[in-house]
Amino acid sequence: MSQDRRSFLKNAGCAAMGIGCGFPLLGVGCNRAEHGEGDSQTSQLAMIVDIEKCQDPKVQEACTKACHQAHNVPEIKDKHHRIDWIKSEKRGHVFPDQTHAHADKTVKDMPVLVLCNHCDNPPCVKVCPTAATWKRDSDGVVMMDMHRCIGCRYCMAACPYGARSFNWSDPEFKETRKLADYPRREKGVVEKCTFCEELIRRGETPACVEAAASVSGGEGALVFGDLSDKQSEVSKILADSSINTICRRVSLGTGPNVFYIV
Amino acid sequence: MLENAFRGGKCYWMLVAFWSALIVMGLALYQQQFTDGLIITGMSQDVSWGLYISQFTFLVGVAASAVMVVLPYYLHNYKAFGKMVILGEGLAVSAVLMCMLFIFVDLGQPTRVMNVILHPTPNSMMFWDFVALTGYLVLNLVIGAVTLEAERRQAPPPKWIKPVIYLSIPWAVSIHTVTAFLYSGLEARPFWMTAVLAPRFLASAFASGPALLILLALILRTFTKFDPGKEAIQKLAVIVTYAMLANVFFVLVELFTGLYSDMPHHVDHFAYLFTGLREGGEVFSALVPWMWVCEILSLVCVAVLLFPKARAKEGLLALICVGVIAAVWIEKGLAMVVAAYIPSPLGHITEYTPTLEEVGITIGVYAIGFLLLTVLYKIVLGVRERLEAA
Repeated sequence: MSQDRRSFLKNAGCAAMGIGCGFPLLGVGCNRAEHGEGDSQTSQLAMIVDIEKCQDPKVQEACTKACHQAHNVPEIKDKHHRIDWIKSEKRGHVFPDQTHAHADKTVKDMPVLVLCNHCDNPPCVKVCPTAATWKRDSDGVVMMDMHRCIGCRYCMAACPYGARSFNWSDPEFKETRKLADYPRREKGVVEKCTFCEELIRRGETPACVEAAASVSGGEGALVFGDLSDKQSEVSKILADSSINTICRRVSLGTGPNVFYIV
Repeated sequence: MLENAFRGGKCYWMLVAFWSALIVMGLALYQQQFTDGLIITGMSQDVSWGLYISQFTFLVGVAASAVMVVLPYYLHNYKAFGKMVILGEGLAVSAVLMCMLFIFVDLGQPTRVMNVILHPTPNSMMFWDFVALTGYLVLNLVIGAVTLEAERRQAPPPKWIKPVIYLSIPWAVSIHTVTAFLYSGLEARPFWMTAVLAPRFLASAFASGPALLILLALILRTFTKFDPGKEAIQKLAVIVTYAMLANVFFVLVELFTGLYSDMPHHVDHFAYLFTGLREGGEVFSALVPWMWVCEILSLVCVAVLLFPKARAKEGLLALICVGVIAAVWIEKGLAMVVAAYIPSPLGHITEYTPTLEEVGITIGVYAIGFLLLTVLYKIVLGVRERLEAA
């Protein structure tokens, strides 16, 4: 091996390393959008689920359908690959720490609506290697950037609530379905409930809340609001000591912001 | 030095052709996965990590085990490892490359992989794993190239390589520790969230890596003129013995804490592995036979390794090494990742079986690693043969 070839290879290697180390600076230089995790959170949006009222199958169906239609969530038949932003699960599985062995079967099997809890201390945000998911400062919504996501599924490993779904294949959209004005995504990214951030930005309420209220007997099945506003309905319900509210898996320290009236 | 990779006998080229054929198969299947998505694997919403990530976990251990040769030789002047060190470094390079490839093929959007560098996230262990693995790859390549070149010139290596070599020692420990930290900090997965995971990973790494190194040394001695020396092989066997003892101890310790506490979220995962779970009339026990083979194999291997006379019989030692690698592979490369997802946080039981395509891509990645290993070892052999001829 002549000296020239060796020097060339050495220099090429060093150059490659130099460029590699310079990439983060490139990112800074390009002034890309930051998904910052600030300490200046001004408010926290929350949801209260009335388990009793949500037992009505019409309410459950209305909620899940409205959500999935509003966000172009693909309908996948295979239960191992289906994508759900909001779904019904058995109460015994939703509250494993609050369901004892002698609970009646109807209690254990009672359907309960579950969705992303938009935690105070979200483990999914902690583990994401690209900050494709982050807790928004302005309202505490745990956001999802499906265009930055590299599909590593670490967030799915970290979420204790099973709230996240992965696009295992191309989420083809059938033309016959009414396509909502919501960005499409590709295969290979994770998605989840974002508290309808595109609707709340316009001052509207999340699709599931609206849909539940439109079903007769479903008014108040889902209540949505800002916890930092002491006059909001969610704050008032939580402050009311006669109403018993619980959260999922509180002992994990995630600080969920979806509350259930039992 | 590198031209040795292009000069070889029939055996060498046949081996290269064999690995290349497997790589082509792997690439073809990966192209299918790239087009159709990860749906072609056996993973699901409940079990979202599978064969690819578990192979990465197993191979990180193999990569880290190079420290078991580097440390005695460079820190304690254990001369017997003189010829073994370069083999260890070559194995480390090959293993780390396979690790990074396994993560790459597991990604849903691999073309966006540079987002990890463009948006550094120090709170994520996966970011640090990326940094650690890349650094380790570069370290070992540089150390291997510089020390081999020095040997070729029959001159002492440059002084600056010494601190780099010393750096590779804690770095080796750190790559496997950070990989353990990927798992052991997640409150959602009680099967993983145990402080003993990092020590356990290291113990199994220091058992499987040196075992593989022993096999490679024996193969090289059989088919080429390269002989790392009986003492080096025997010392590695002692390392495998103690590491395997520690590994078995850690497994028993974990089983005790999990099973004695009787807590469902601990017990359920062990029950899935060793006895199977029953739900709604169905029995889920796909991994049960594997686990029992793994544990019995571990105990048998450890028992035989305890006898120096047994270790001295190289034929038996080779067999035991295969057993050790198989046992650690089942534990890390099959059971550990998947069992944490069964049952899921919502109590669902979804089993996982890798598809043929998934296995094919896995074999393809292994072939890339083994091709690199073959080429690196060929270069080492070429340099050594020239020196001996001179």
